[in-house]
Amino acid sequence: MIFDYDMLKLIWWLFVGVLLIGFALTDGFDLGIGTLLPFLGRTDTERRIIINSVGPTWDGNQVWFITAGGAVFAAWPAVYAAAFSGFYIALMLVLFALFFRPVGFDYRSKVEDSRWRKAWDWGLFAGGAVPALVFGVAFGNLLQGVPFQYDDMMRPSYTGSFFGLLNPFALLAGVVSLTMLVMHGAVFLQVRTEGVVYARAKTAARIAGSIMIVAFALAGVWLYLGIEGYRVITMPLTDAMPNILGKTVERGAGAWLENYASYPLTMLAPVFGIAGAVLALMLSARDRPGTAFVFSGLSLAGVILTAGISMFPFIMPSSIRPDHSLIAWDATSSHLTLTWMFWATLLFLPIVIAYTAWVYHVMRGKVTAKMIEEKSHSVY
Amino acid sequence: MISESVVDLSRLQFAVTAMYHFLFVPLTLGLSWLLVIMESVYVMTGKEVYKDMTRFWGKLFGINFALGVTTGITMEFQFGTNWAYYSHYVGDIFGVPLAIEGLMAFFLESTFVGLFFFGWDRLSKRGHLAVTVLVAIGSNLSALWILIANGWMQNPTGAEFNYQTMRMELSSFADIFFNPVAQVKFVHTVAAGYVTGSLFVLGISAYYMLKGRDLPFARRSFAIASGFGLASILSVIVLGDESGYEIGDVQKAKLAVIEAEWETHEPPAAFTLFGFPDQERQTTDYAVKIPYALGLIATRSVDEKITGIKDIIERNEQRIRDGILAYEALLKLRTGDDSAEVKDSFERYKSDLGYGLLLKRYHPEVSGATDEQIQQAARESIPRVAPMFWVFRIMVVFGFLMLFLFGITFYYCVRRQVQQRRWILRMALYSIPLPWLAAEAGWFVAEYGRQPWAIGEVLPTHLATSTLGVGDLIFSLAGFIGFYTLLLIAELYLMFKYARLGPSSLHTGRYHYEAGGGAVLAHQPQSRQDA
Repeated sequence: MIFDYDMLKLIWWLFVGVLLIGFALTDGFDLGIGTLLPFLGRTDTERRIIINSVGPTWDGNQVWFITAGGAVFAAWPAVYAAAFSGFYIALMLVLFALFFRPVGFDYRSKVEDSRWRKAWDWGLFAGGAVPALVFGVAFGNLLQGVPFQYDDMMRPSYTGSFFGLLNPFALLAGVVSLTMLVMHGAVFLQVRTEGVVYARAKTAARIAGSIMIVAFALAGVWLYLGIEGYRVITMPLTDAMPNILGKTVERGAGAWLENYASYPLTMLAPVFGIAGAVLALMLSARDRPGTAFVFSGLSLAGVILTAGISMFPFIMPSSIRPDHSLIAWDATSSHLTLTWMFWATLLFLPIVIAYTAWVYHVMRGKVTAKMIEEKSHSVY
Repeated sequence: MISESVVDLSRLQFAVTAMYHFLFVPLTLGLSWLLVIMESVYVMTGKEVYKDMTRFWGKLFGINFALGVTTGITMEFQFGTNWAYYSHYVGDIFGVPLAIEGLMAFFLESTFVGLFFFGWDRLSKRGHLAVTVLVAIGSNLSALWILIANGWMQNPTGAEFNYQTMRMELSSFADIFFNPVAQVKFVHTVAAGYVTGSLFVLGISAYYMLKGRDLPFARRSFAIASGFGLASILSVIVLGDESGYEIGDVQKAKLAVIEAEWETHEPPAAFTLFGFPDQERQTTDYAVKIPYALGLIATRSVDEKITGIKDIIERNEQRIRDGILAYEALLKLRTGDDSAEVKDSFERYKSDLGYGLLLKRYHPEVSGATDEQIQQAARESIPRVAPMFWVFRIMVVFGFLMLFLFGITFYYCVRRQVQQRRWILRMALYSIPLPWLAAEAGWFVAEYGRQPWAIGEVLPTHLATSTLGVGDLIFSLAGFIGFYTLLLIAELYLMFKYARLGPSSLHTGRYHYEAGGGAVLAHQPQSRQDA
């Protein structure tokens, strides 16, 4: 084993971050475009342009989500178990909403009936908006701590309710994630379309991006003034065998800002979050969608990293038993599992990125009304 | 303690969502290779009809694939949402194949499936064929990793319990990968998928031939499906799953239960063809037996013993008693007493810890269980006999029916007489549901047959669930049943619509419903070289 256990634990915190960012960068614009679909497309052809802008690639993008889930299962089984069962109703809603995407994309245009098509359009809307919102709400709750604890068999139990998740700060976080993915989707639509859809996408990017910048800044201020963070007081060595119950944790105002004080370079994450979005909006307005898309992606990465860095080493703090919180040093798999997963990821992820890039290259170019009409029976 | 109704509802939800998912998986597995075969012929011969075949069957593939993807997401997340203790207890091992499946297989399949549909005029002929091959490889690799995960639930090799982290941990990745149960499962399952794909194409092609439509298209499809199907059904039967039943005690119990084999007989064991198993009296009434057959099926020999149910229960009772000692030692270790004596006791009995946990259902403290509770746990340490006995036989009968069907269609295909024999065509059409019924029956036998374990001999099912309320489960189960029913209606509607329409749905202007479709031809620049 080339890497020490504590090194691998840190690497896996980064890898999960990479997978989440990969998910936001790719599937994120699909979710955003799904959310925009009923509003930016007025006619059937316009809607088909929007759908086909991601038609050949949405399925591969969605695998980032699946793989992030699988990687959390393998690398942080305790988090996978506690978070997924704790956020049960919320995740079921995400799942039900996601059902509409594969079938929405594939089935919508296979029947000429306009009611059939409109129904699937709203399905695609729900499939985009609900997950985009819920992911942010989940992060908003992680930042405040989640009411869960372990019994002596290490069985996690969640004692909160579904509606407890929908508190004001979490909803604000939900607005951040929804608007940032909508911005990302709108900018991507600008890359792939022309004419009237392009113009509307430009407006959508401006509106969503502006809301996102304000909401993100507001969440930062709120975090600074009103959200108690968590800090580890004592714990076993970072390379010790994971022992979730072996540490002491306290809540405290300002605890979420300590990493920024200790490592000022981490301030770049929130800076990118805002500056990326500002630049994306400016470039989008000046009809430079390609570059705007890069900055919008940078903004997404900045926002996700901000949440991660604020909480590090916490992944899922417990609000009722802070000592039972899950942190990057004790929520992980065994040394051997992290090692195998490290090599598997290092080997396959670059290959995945390479062929995904190739597929995008093959399918490049604008989706036009002419193309939709000519290939009416073979495109979505 | 988790209430029995939460456990039952969680099991029901898993069964419903997994069996529903597997309505779509086998067709993807099989049809993907049939598309590869059809497209290869197109690339080699340049005959346009083979391209149309690839595109038309590809359209149906897509309708099915969409629901496979939809329902697959549920499976990936359900372990965490509904089986949180399971995920916590074995995630160190079980998460690995699932994550690698995503990285290695699912990305491949899903990224290239988009190019399969949309890349026809952006790729060279060979380039597109390569994409189709990658989709097939991706979906089959996907099955490999999922079955490695499932094989580990049946026969958990390569892992050890760690009392400090209170979970199972990986000890050998190679043991997980080369788990013999997983290997036979993979071959059996993908071959069953190939049969499904073949019978799907065979039956629908037969429909066109019965209607006298699009004959060159239908005949070629039928021929490819009958050849591939015959090879596949032979693999399913010859490389049956049974060969995996000699490995591991859970698998042995499964075999005994399938056969309703109450007593351990001296070899060679006979196969019970028919009978009525009675669990209370531990006997099978009106049994019709074939000498030697079971020994040959299960152990591939006539001189190995097959353990009977009564002996398995008796042995499990002893293991439960040892499991109590393991559990008591574990509790001491957890409270910090790691004296040599306690450690020794734990090491000696820890392989039976899971059996001790079986008692939690009847006596939550485990320690101090009465003889009666121990005997009850032992009696219920094997699955119910009658459903296993019957469902297994349903699977086998359907398997042989399909062997007959593919044998006969292949024979008449080779002699070029299928067209004249309408009863064969009709039989092929009406047999379309068979592979699905057989596959669902097979999964029932595999998973119900694993009970009462979630992970064989390691983690009982009733401990494996999440800490949820009945209301949570009712909400989610109602959602799954509601949405899945709607999706199935939409899927079947489109499948029937396009299957009836046939290759005319490609709008090439060459097929039945588009006579004189020369105008349409203008939109299809590649249809110059009509076959």
